[in-house]
Amino acid sequence: MLIFHFPFSPFLEVFHLCPLIFAPNFRNGMISGPVKCLLVAAFSLFSTFIFAQDGQQKEPKKLFDANEVIFGHIMDAHEFHFFSYKGNDGEEHHATIPLPVILYSPRRGFSMFMSSEFHHGKHNYSGYSLLTSEKIVEWKLNPKKYNIGQVVAVKENGEIDAAVKVYDVSLTRNVVQMIIALSLLVWIMLAIAKRYNKGEGVASAPKGVQNLFEPVITFVRDDVAKPNLGNKYEKYLPYLLTIFFFILINNLVGLIPGTANVTGNIAFTMLLALISFIVIMFSSNKHFWKHIFWPPVPHGVKPIFIPVEILGIFTKPFALMIRLFANMLAGHIIILSLVSLIFILGAANKIVGYAVSPFSIAFVVFIYFIEILVAFLQAYIFAMLTAVFIGQAYESEHHEEKMHI
Amino acid sequence: MNLLTPAFGLLLWTLLAFLIVFFILKKFAWPAIIKGLKDRQQSIADSLATAEKIKIEMAQMTNEHEALLARAREERAQLLKEARETKEKIINESKEQAKIEANKIVIEAQAAINTQKMAALTEVKNQVGKLVIEVSEKVLRRELGNKEAQETYIKGLVEEVKLN
Repeated sequence: MLIFHFPFSPFLEVFHLCPLIFAPNFRNGMISGPVKCLLVAAFSLFSTFIFAQDGQQKEPKKLFDANEVIFGHIMDAHEFHFFSYKGNDGEEHHATIPLPVILYSPRRGFSMFMSSEFHHGKHNYSGYSLLTSEKIVEWKLNPKKYNIGQVVAVKENGEIDAAVKVYDVSLTRNVVQMIIALSLLVWIMLAIAKRYNKGEGVASAPKGVQNLFEPVITFVRDDVAKPNLGNKYEKYLPYLLTIFFFILINNLVGLIPGTANVTGNIAFTMLLALISFIVIMFSSNKHFWKHIFWPPVPHGVKPIFIPVEILGIFTKPFALMIRLFANMLAGHIIILSLVSLIFILGAANKIVGYAVSPFSIAFVVFIYFIEILVAFLQAYIFAMLTAVFIGQAYESEHHEEKMHI
Repeated sequence: MNLLTPAFGLLLWTLLAFLIVFFILKKFAWPAIIKGLKDRQQSIADSLATAEKIKIEMAQMTNEHEALLARAREERAQLLKEARETKEKIINESKEQAKIEANKIVIEAQAAINTQKMAALTEVKNQVGKLVIEVSEKVLRRELGNKEAQETYIKGLVEEVKLN
């Protein structure tokens, strides 16, 4: 997750920022001063580094680059990367767990090999190459189209072959972590189900892991499904429970240091939102569509309302997608920014780096607790809103009228 | 893999993972858990209802019991009272009876005494008569020469009578 380099050398950009970072402290002068200061510092540093990176391409690479660290963590990768160190031979070594790369291209067919064959982008393997930031610059690739960590096809001479379309279906770290987390979930749930089948928790009091999950399950049933779906709640309950625990387990596993950021990945949230969208569409009734294409408003306003209503069908799952993605991503970024703060300031001045570390760690702990809350909260919100949208989709005429009055 | 561009591979794997997890859980986990929870809820509700019913029944029974006890206590008091009355009545009756009996015995005794007395008197009278007759006979039988001898004889007879 984190790459720590320790050659502290003056980092002018940050050094100049210091008064700016601590300025709010003087202005506030209240108890919450340090709190605000650190938050401001974390955010401003993060944003500063996004902009600062372009101007600093020529700076020596030894400096601590928070942008790289943070993006290296939140993005998907073909390996689990833990830390890097400089070996006795002067080469940079990476402590990683390589993962299988599975590629398909219509021209070359399937190929499968371990990501260690790439040697972190240094080597090409069987006509494929792993893009690094250097390669993108060297080959003058469009950064909007090509990203760091992407696998591209290369020609015999090592040049990129843009004509070959590559579908990357590798078991990336997000995929692997998701499979591990979901195996855990399935295992727990099957164990619980077995107990209920045996009558434990039915005739007698529930025990152990049952007690841990039972309140959550009853919460989803009684506070998510029942109020929104009414009589039909039993039909949707398996879906709501699955989506809730699917998100929850991935959120929680993603909080373990060193693991990937699965729920903060747009592909993951997009798929869940897409499934919710399909479920909503399949549970819609005639009244729902009538309300969209013939809303109960004066005729003159209908041309405005109908496009808005049609748009509303898509904005609901879109909001689901963005909400989960942004929340989980933001949490990971804040934690990483706070940790990076130590090294950024440490690069400027060793003493400042040490001095700021207790505060930074205290904040990381604080944010971690919030993140645990957010992990539950986002799973709840996703399931809740899905239930609300499903409920709206098959609402009866009578109910609708009552709502309008 | 841009931050906002979904990666095709991850999309595909997530879809697969979701479908597999969903179908496994839908088939093997959720029905059992939901049914288990429902059954327990039902059984708890039933148990509570039964407990409530039993409580009401118990209260009713206690009431009945108490009423029964009170009645029993009352009956006992009644019985005791009656017994006491009976006892007194019996004692009084016995006393009366005894008195009457005693009186009867006394009267009978007196009557018997009287009868005996009368019988004795009659006997005495008869005896006296007999004696008079005997004496008279004896006197008559003897030819009395003188007056003196007569008197001595009578005296002798009288003495004889006295001796009897």
